[in-house]
Amino acid sequence: MTLAAAAGTAAHATTTAAAETHGFLSPTGVEIAFLLVGLVTLGAAVITVTTRQLVHAALWLVVALGGLAVEYLLLTAEFIAWVQVLIYVGSVVVLLLFGLMLTRAPIGRSPDADSGNRWVALTVAVVSATALVWVVVDAFRTTWIDLDGAPAGSTEVTGASLFQHWVLPFEALSVLLLAALVGAIVLSRKAKAEQAATATAPAPATASGAPGPAATRSDTEGTR
Amino acid sequence: MHLAYPAVLSALLFCTGLYGVLARRNAILVLMSVELMLNAVNLNLVAFDVWLSRAAEETLHSGQALALFTIAIAAAEIGIGLAIVLAVYRNLGTSDIDRLRDTAEGHGPDGPDSDVSDSDASAPRAAAEKAEATR
Amino acid sequence: MTTTTLAVLVPLLPFLGAIAGLLLGRTAPGFVRPLAVLPALASLALAVVVAARQGGDGAVDAATELTPTGSVPIELALHVDGFAALTAVLVTVVATCVQIYSTGYLRDDPRYPSYAALVSLFTSAMLLVVYSGDLMVLLVGWEVMGICSYFLVGHYWETPEARAASLKAFLVTKLGDVPFLIGLFALATEAGSFRITRILGAVANGGIEHPTLIALLLLAGVAGKSAQFPLHTWLPDAMAGPTPVSALIHAATMVAAGVYFVARLLPLFEASQAAMTVLAVMAAVTMAGSALAALAQDDIKRVLAYSTIGQLGYMTGALAVADRGAAVFHLLSHGAFKALLFLAAGVIIHASGTNSLAAMSRMGNLRDRVPDAYWTMTVALLALAAIPPFSGFFSKEAVLGAAEHVVTGHTEHAPAAAGWIVLLAGLVTALLTAAYATRLWLLAFRGSGPEAPDHGRQPLTMTTVLWVLAVPSLALGGLSFRVLPDWFDGQGLAPTVTTSVLGTGVALVGGIVTYATWRHTTAHAARVPLGAVAAHPEGDAGLVEAEAIASHGPAYGDIAYAPDPSDPGRLLLGPLHRPAAAGFHLDALYTALFVRPVRAGASLVRFLDREVVETYVRGAGTLPRWLGTAVRRAQTGNLQTYVSALLAGTVVLAVAAVLFATGA
Repeated sequence: MTLAAAAGTAAHATTTAAAETHGFLSPTGVEIAFLLVGLVTLGAAVITVTTRQLVHAALWLVVALGGLAVEYLLLTAEFIAWVQVLIYVGSVVVLLLFGLMLTRAPIGRSPDADSGNRWVALTVAVVSATALVWVVVDAFRTTWIDLDGAPAGSTEVTGASLFQHWVLPFEALSVLLLAALVGAIVLSRKAKAEQAATATAPAPATASGAPGPAATRSDTEGTR
Repeated sequence: MHLAYPAVLSALLFCTGLYGVLARRNAILVLMSVELMLNAVNLNLVAFDVWLSRAAEETLHSGQALALFTIAIAAAEIGIGLAIVLAVYRNLGTSDIDRLRDTAEGHGPDGPDSDVSDSDASAPRAAAEKAEATR
Repeated sequence: MTTTTLAVLVPLLPFLGAIAGLLLGRTAPGFVRPLAVLPALASLALAVVVAARQGGDGAVDAATELTPTGSVPIELALHVDGFAALTAVLVTVVATCVQIYSTGYLRDDPRYPSYAALVSLFTSAMLLVVYSGDLMVLLVGWEVMGICSYFLVGHYWETPEARAASLKAFLVTKLGDVPFLIGLFALATEAGSFRITRILGAVANGGIEHPTLIALLLLAGVAGKSAQFPLHTWLPDAMAGPTPVSALIHAATMVAAGVYFVARLLPLFEASQAAMTVLAVMAAVTMAGSALAALAQDDIKRVLAYSTIGQLGYMTGALAVADRGAAVFHLLSHGAFKALLFLAAGVIIHASGTNSLAAMSRMGNLRDRVPDAYWTMTVALLALAAIPPFSGFFSKEAVLGAAEHVVTGHTEHAPAAAGWIVLLAGLVTALLTAAYATRLWLLAFRGSGPEAPDHGRQPLTMTTVLWVLAVPSLALGGLSFRVLPDWFDGQGLAPTVTTSVLGTGVALVGGIVTYATWRHTTAHAARVPLGAVAAHPEGDAGLVEAEAIASHGPAYGDIAYAPDPSDPGRLLLGPLHRPAAAGFHLDALYTALFVRPVRAGASLVRFLDREVVETYVRGAGTLPRWLGTAVRRAQTGNLQTYVSALLAGTVVLAVAAVLFATGA
């Protein structure tokens, strides 16, 4: 196959030599662990996009993202794994939960969690999954990752490459984060100012003061 | 480890997220699905980086660096996205994506006005919600 | 300065005056009147100097070719011979008089600046025609006159008559100009030059192969410009313009251009016997028919308009018998007395508040109100009727004498048939001319009834001009008929005994018969009260005239006709009166022959366009509209639908690309 040949030329002869020694029917321990965690991750992801309880979706998302962190660890990319746990599980999901609360998402089963588009969506997703899996398997079924030796993604290695080769994009990214910070503040404050100008008379004091600072805090947390 | 395992897992996760983006009604659930898609890409980046750092003896570690950047950008994206969803929810009283049809044919140039009249039916509730949400 | 420089300055000065007037008209109204009068005066002085220097000797020729322009060169050429010098003097005299007169006549008119500038431009164009030695340059002046007459006739564009008249004047003259242009091209192709001198040289050498065709094509343009049958119908309607415009355009200059053009190229026309005969028939029909029509008109200016057509007929008649000296002689004297007639008529209309002869004949003392107009108009009418010793007598006798020369076989230049036609028609017209001149005078000045309203004295600028023009009307013919042949071709212009006795006799008969008829019919005048006067008699003369023209139709049912039993013309013409008043229904005939078929064709084309062509267009639009309706249903506004379609397409494309890349 052409794709396999292309991948083969990209890789080295050692890879093909290694692939001959490693079959799919005799998996290593790491592979078994990867497969099991991968199944959990995929299951959690599927539940995330299908469950009718919105808060459960967020919680299953935590499982899926945590499973991914474990997969990173299995791939010896430990720094990314901890960043994944910190940012995704620690802040993004929290932020999503805040969003669910602030938009008064129904707690419990909501029958209309899926739009009428779901069958089209399912078709598109299945077709694209088939196409992607077929192409990927076709291209990389003989490729072998050598995980022995020094870890490929330790903090030292990652830091060295990040601050040697990727300094400029890294700094540019900080500007992007600043812009996102300002944008998030503007988006939420503008509505507040309008609301203060138009609806001054009805000032319901039902809610406590907690959500406001929480939202701001979570904004800054998310952009950090 | 066979490269096919992370690659296939990444493809499946991506398509799961794709289904969520297309099928979910609540805007925040759509954002979660987008996170899934981003993570699938990250897994791909990391796996190929690990493979290349050994097989090709390259030390640039572009995959991991890009994965880090993606994570940072995803964090920014979720912040902005949630702010937008909140603003939409304040103004229209809903965060359901399939009810945001201002661009539909026949909506006319007076779209915002008709939106106001639509939301007038639930005006008191919406106002209370707004006040509550923005506090 | 050389004569050439002076001659170039003559048309240039009014042109510059017109430009300056148009530019300064809004910003500096105080300069408008000097800018109108002074260039005309200056070019009058220069034209007189040019004429004095030229002195009837050899023609002054000058030419410069600015740039090569293809096969036949166009040159900025000047050709000043005796004809050109004297015609230019006439044009500048009349133009100066008209400009001075207009300052009083259109005293309060808000559009006076543009009016004066257009008159200046018109004068400049006519002088260009007169002095030009190149037919293309002549054509420039010719066409500028056409457009200027369109604007000037339509000066009162608020009234529908003026709008229709200006359009008609433009279209009818343009109808003649198209064959004229083709004729010019044919002539230049055969002669190899647009220069008049070279063309005449080619004619003398027999270098023109189709003289009849070219002459007939040129005659169409001449008939349009000089208002000859059958293209004369625009001139009576053009009286809807202000009176000074009528005096300038429709008496002395524009209509003279056609006659002058033929006079310039007369050898070309002489080369074709057929063209000379056509010219004679055209002249005869024109002068007899227009004299009959003039006898029946009620509007004083329309009487003068038909009289102009008739006198132009005399000129073309003189050309038809190959005596251009007589033609230009009559052009000069006629230019003077017809301008005087128009300007005096303007004064009378202002004083009486009406342009209707029927209404004037019921006013008691009109002649006491306008003594200047009364006396000068009497002189001009006597000149028009060709009573000796007024100028019209000598010039008309020159024409008749030339015709008699041809009849008696003294010349080889023209067919004898043309001579007979011109002579007989000329005598009949002399009778009718005297009749309508007498009728005009009697009805306008010898009316009886309530006194005419008193508006005070007429402006000095208007009355002085009348006396200035009365001098040549009185004395030009008698003093100059011995001198003029030196300026012209050398043929004698002195009246012959036979034609003098005949012409004066029929003129006297016409006058006396009309007087007797008037004595008979004037008794009816008191019984049928008629009259419509302008609503603002205290306004300036232009306003009064515009209101008089506008009210004539509603008051009498027609712009040319009044149901007046005391009109001597009615008794004289008998059953012919009604058709004569309507110009022998030529307009109706043209409407039936040309206008209706064109309109029918236009409506057919419109039908084809609306119903047939547009059906295809609409059909072409229907399919995309259906497609659009179908596509519109996809625009649900649901973003997820859009993204689903987008991703589905992407997947299909990606799969297709992979399949293609792997060669599967």
